[in-house]
Amino acid sequence: MNYSQILEIASCTDPGMVRSHNEDSIASDPANGLVVLADGMGGYNAGEVASGMATTVITTEIQQLLGKVQPYQIDEETKAPVAGRMIREQVLKANTSIYQAAQSQPQYAGMGTTLVVCLFYDDKMTVGHLGDSRLYMLRDGKFSQVTRDHSLLQEQIDSGIITADQAKHAQHKNLVTKALGIDPTVEPEVREYATRPGDIYLLCSDGLCDMVDDEDMGMTLQALGGNLKLAAQQLVQMANDNGGKDNVSVILVRVLREYPAPRGVMGKVFAWLK
Amino acid sequence: MAKLILSMDGLVLKEIPLSKERTTIGRKAHNDIQIDNLAVSGEHAVIVTILNDSFMEDLGSTNGTLVNGNPVKKHFLQNNDVIELGKYKLKFIQEAGAQPAAAAADFEKTMVLRPSAMKAAAEQARAMGGGGAQAAQAARQAALQAVGTAAQAAGTSEKPAAPAAAPAAAPVAAPAVPPKPAQPLGAIQLLSGGNAGKELELSKPLTTLGKPGVQVAVLTRRPQGYFITHVEGTHRPTVNGQAIGTSPHALKDHDLVEIAGIKMEFFFKS
Repeated sequence: MNYSQILEIASCTDPGMVRSHNEDSIASDPANGLVVLADGMGGYNAGEVASGMATTVITTEIQQLLGKVQPYQIDEETKAPVAGRMIREQVLKANTSIYQAAQSQPQYAGMGTTLVVCLFYDDKMTVGHLGDSRLYMLRDGKFSQVTRDHSLLQEQIDSGIITADQAKHAQHKNLVTKALGIDPTVEPEVREYATRPGDIYLLCSDGLCDMVDDEDMGMTLQALGGNLKLAAQQLVQMANDNGGKDNVSVILVRVLREYPAPRGVMGKVFAWLK
Repeated sequence: MAKLILSMDGLVLKEIPLSKERTTIGRKAHNDIQIDNLAVSGEHAVIVTILNDSFMEDLGSTNGTLVNGNPVKKHFLQNNDVIELGKYKLKFIQEAGAQPAAAAADFEKTMVLRPSAMKAAAEQARAMGGGGAQAAQAARQAALQAVGTAAQAAGTSEKPAAPAAAPAAAPVAAPAVPPKPAQPLGAIQLLSGGNAGKELELSKPLTTLGKPGVQVAVLTRRPQGYFITHVEGTHRPTVNGQAIGTSPHALKDHDLVEIAGIKMEFFFKS
C-alpha cells in the first residue's frame, strides 16, 4: 500500500534565533506512512549526530521491514499489530547505535536525543516517543496533546507538586527523564491510536511548544490547515518571533481519506485494483 | 559569546568566536588559531573559556605573550584586553548584551535527568525526613523538588543531573516571560461586498480571510509588523492592485487589499 495519496506531509526545521546550529533532525517517508522527529543534545555537534543517527536508523530499518511484513499483521507473540513491536525494536536498535558511538568516541560522550515516531496503517497509527518532543492532534476543530513528556516537569505535574499553569513559568523545562542513546537500554513509550480522515497531526521539538502557546498552535493549524507547508512555516516563524531560543522543528501530517488494511481474498483484490 | 579579533599593524585579519572550551593559538597547523609567523611558538598560548569567563595562558612560548603591554603567564581576560604575540594582536571582545542571553540559552538546552540522580536525591530526602511507611511517595516528591531546585541552582554549571544538596525551596521561579513589546494594532475595513464598512481588528497572531476552496489569505501579526500570505486558491490576493508572490508581503498603512473579490483597506489603529 502506498500512503503518499492518503497522507499529506509537510515539514520545516530551523536553528531558531539564538543557536548557531540545528541539533534537531526530521525524516518523513510518505510512501510508507512514516514520520520521525528527533531533538539531539550533547556538546559541540554531538547533538546533531545523535538526532541524525536516530532518524536515519529508524527510517531505514523500518523501510526494510515494511518490505517483508505489513504493519497491520497480527504479531503471534504479542497478539497486537506488528507495528508496535517494529517501532520498539528499531528504537532499541537506534539506542544501541547511539550509545555505542557515544562510548567509543570521546567527542560524542553523553550525547542523546529525544524522539517521536509515527507509523500509519489500517486507519491507525502507532506512536513511539521518548523525552520532551511532542505529538499533537487537531480533530474536529479540537487541538490536543497526544504524547506526555518524559520530563521532570511532567512528573512534578503528575505528582501534584506544581500545576500546569505554574509549569509554564518553570525554569527547568529542559530536563528530560528518558532519552535515546544515554543508557545501554531504554523503554520507549509505544501506543496505538485510531485516526480519522481530516485529522492533522503535529510532531514538534520543544523549540516550538516552549515558545508558542498550545492555543496559538491550534489556531494556526485550524486557520492554515488548507496549506500544510505554509502552516509548518508559520509555526516555526511564530516560535522565532517569540524569541526562538531553541531549534524549532515541525512535521505536519494530514489524513486525507480512510485507509483500512485489505482483508481476505476480495480485500486483497480490491487493494491490488486500487 | 566572547570573540577575538586578530589583527596585524592595525589591519583586521580575522574574527574568532570563542565557542570551544579550549582555543589554542600557535604557529603549527593543529591550533585553533594558527598564526604562521616565526615569532610565534608552535604551541604558543591557550584560551580556556568556561561559561562567560575566558582565561589566557601562555604555554611556555619562546617570545612570551603580552596582555595590554604586560608580559603574562596566566590572565583572566576582560572586555577589550589586547593579547600580543609578536606583531600580531588579538583583541578580546565580550559582548555584554549577549552575555545573559547566552547563559540563558545554555540553561535551556535539553538535558537528561538520569534515574540514578533521582534515586540519590530520593535517598537523600529519605535520610533527611527519616524513615516511615509512607515515606516512599514523600521521598519521591522530595526528590522531584530537590532535583528541580538543584537544576535551578546548577543553571549555569551545565550539570543539572547532579543532585546537589539544595534546600527544599519552591520548585517554581517567578514568571520569567518577558513582556511582549507593544506593537501598533492594525485593522482592516471592508470596502466592498455585503459587509462593506465593517471593521476588523487584527489583534490575533493570525487572521484568515476569504472563501475556503476559492481564495484564502492569512494576515499575520509579527514583531516587525503585519504580513499577508496566500494560503489557497488559484488567484492570489492583490495589494494596491498587484498580485502578491508566494512569500509573505509586508503591509503598510492604508494599503488596499483584495481577497476573493472583496476590497478592503489595511490601517494602523494607534
